[in-house]
Amino acid sequence: MLGFLSPLFEPGFFSNAPVQTALLVGGIVAVVSGIVGTFTVMRGQSFAGHSLADIGTAGGSASFLLGISPLFGFVAMNLMAAGVMEWIGIRRPRGRDLGAALGLAALLLYLDTTASSTTGATINVLFGSIFTLPSSLVPVIAIFSVVAAGVVLAMYRPLLLSSVSSDLATAQGVRVRLVGIGYLGALAVAVSLSAVTIGAILSTALLIGPAATALRITNRTGRAAVIASAIGVVATWLGVLLAYDSYYWFPSRGGWPVSFFVVTLVFLLYLVSQIRFGRGSRVQRAGVAAQAG
Amino acid sequence: MFSGLMLNAWESASIVAVVAGVVGFFIVLRGSAFAAHALPNGAFAGAAGASLIGVDAIVGLAVFSVLGALTIAGLGRRARHDVATALVIVVMLGLGSLFLSMTTEYAPEIYSLLFGEVLGVSSSELLPIALIGLVCIAAIFVVYRPLMFSSVMPDVAAARGVRSGAMEVAFLLVVALTTTMAVPVVGALLIFSLLISPAAAARSFTSKPFTAMGLSALIALGTVWSAIALSFLSNLPIGFFVGSIGAGTYAAGRGWVAWRRNREASPRHSGQALRSGAAG
Repeated sequence: MLGFLSPLFEPGFFSNAPVQTALLVGGIVAVVSGIVGTFTVMRGQSFAGHSLADIGTAGGSASFLLGISPLFGFVAMNLMAAGVMEWIGIRRPRGRDLGAALGLAALLLYLDTTASSTTGATINVLFGSIFTLPSSLVPVIAIFSVVAAGVVLAMYRPLLLSSVSSDLATAQGVRVRLVGIGYLGALAVAVSLSAVTIGAILSTALLIGPAATALRITNRTGRAAVIASAIGVVATWLGVLLAYDSYYWFPSRGGWPVSFFVVTLVFLLYLVSQIRFGRGSRVQRAGVAAQAG
Repeated sequence: MFSGLMLNAWESASIVAVVAGVVGFFIVLRGSAFAAHALPNGAFAGAAGASLIGVDAIVGLAVFSVLGALTIAGLGRRARHDVATALVIVVMLGLGSLFLSMTTEYAPEIYSLLFGEVLGVSSSELLPIALIGLVCIAAIFVVYRPLMFSSVMPDVAAARGVRSGAMEVAFLLVVALTTTMAVPVVGALLIFSLLISPAAAARSFTSKPFTAMGLSALIALGTVWSAIALSFLSNLPIGFFVGSIGAGTYAAGRGWVAWRRNREASPRHSGQALRSGAAG
């Protein structure tokens, strides 16, 4: 019945175990990134999201040394980094940039001490390798995903209010600071999860790209989170498919990287949404105005 | 410690430090730390592409960092700046991973761009580094007044006829040039540290722009010099010392600010701190 699709799927795509794991993990991570990322874009914390992906690398390498799963090292390191960011960035809104910046400096410090020779491990974490995930990792990933998405959903209303206008939220009795810390914690877990499984590049791409696109399409945050998750899942699965197919493409040295395909798809979708919904949603315009002002 | 190869290292690192200190002042002032992180990392992907088609790495660095700067400025007009920057860095790194998957022969040389090779700077590379550095500093001083104006008071500057979009493009191009010059010397990761930490520390010590800029360049110089010396003596990587000295100077700046605030403590001050704490 699906025979007409056979030119699209190289033989063995669906029966291949690494591909199945990649599709599953990629799907989970894309959904969580979409939900968390919608708020990241609204709150203007893209840099924090991106630098957490890099900083967690240090925790990942540390846990190799300690002999525990890199995922736990990632999460621990990122929760610590999120705490430092919150602490440094507390005085003024712009300071948060700086907090993220110095966190990155700390990463560098660590990388240089442990890997003074440029080993492949660092590069691997940076670019990720979705096809080499052990399937035993899936339950752990699922638990962390539920935690990250659950924190965001549990404080949905206060988080939304304080992301749109912190003054209004304060007036309504929302403890903005606490919500901010809780959100940063959820972001830290979500980013650790995606960075350790699919690499730092894809982590940022799936966190920011689909959410920014979705916020172009709709003004409603809940709907935007759903659309962002959907875009993320489609881009990830298409990316995995294309990477699998590309095994026989030029220059036939073992396939093109998944991250390239996913990033390109995410970026193209964003560009299309820019043209199609060129005026931008209210949230985004408000964001631009707030940033300019 | 001051012979032959080491002399090149001292000279090139000093040039990079001074330029990074001056440019970094505006990066911190404008809150564009993310762009300062994105451009060097994205440019690294350009170097990978350059080696794939067999041209000099510096061409790839220049092309990618300039294209990246223009894209950030272009997309940033219609969306949030941080979103535009995040998308640009992932697209450039995505391309980089493609390039790296296609080329295998020269990979170590490309990876060295991540961490830099301050000890590998040859005498023939010194002149271009110095020239690009001069151009960067000259450009900053040519647009100094409007750039300062639009960084500190964007609304007032726009009302007075300063084109903030043009300023953004000009400034990001300077950052791109700085990147092109600095990445081969200190690496994509270290240049970020050099751009942010000294400038952030300098701003804690003084609020006068010229003094802060000078102080930032001085701190950057001090950081790099002590890092090279310490690394020479201890055999630990330079990046480790640049990172920790940078964090140290920033902490000193914060300590200085806290100490002064304590001395001048008044109900009004603490009330303000509380309020902005709640808002941030």
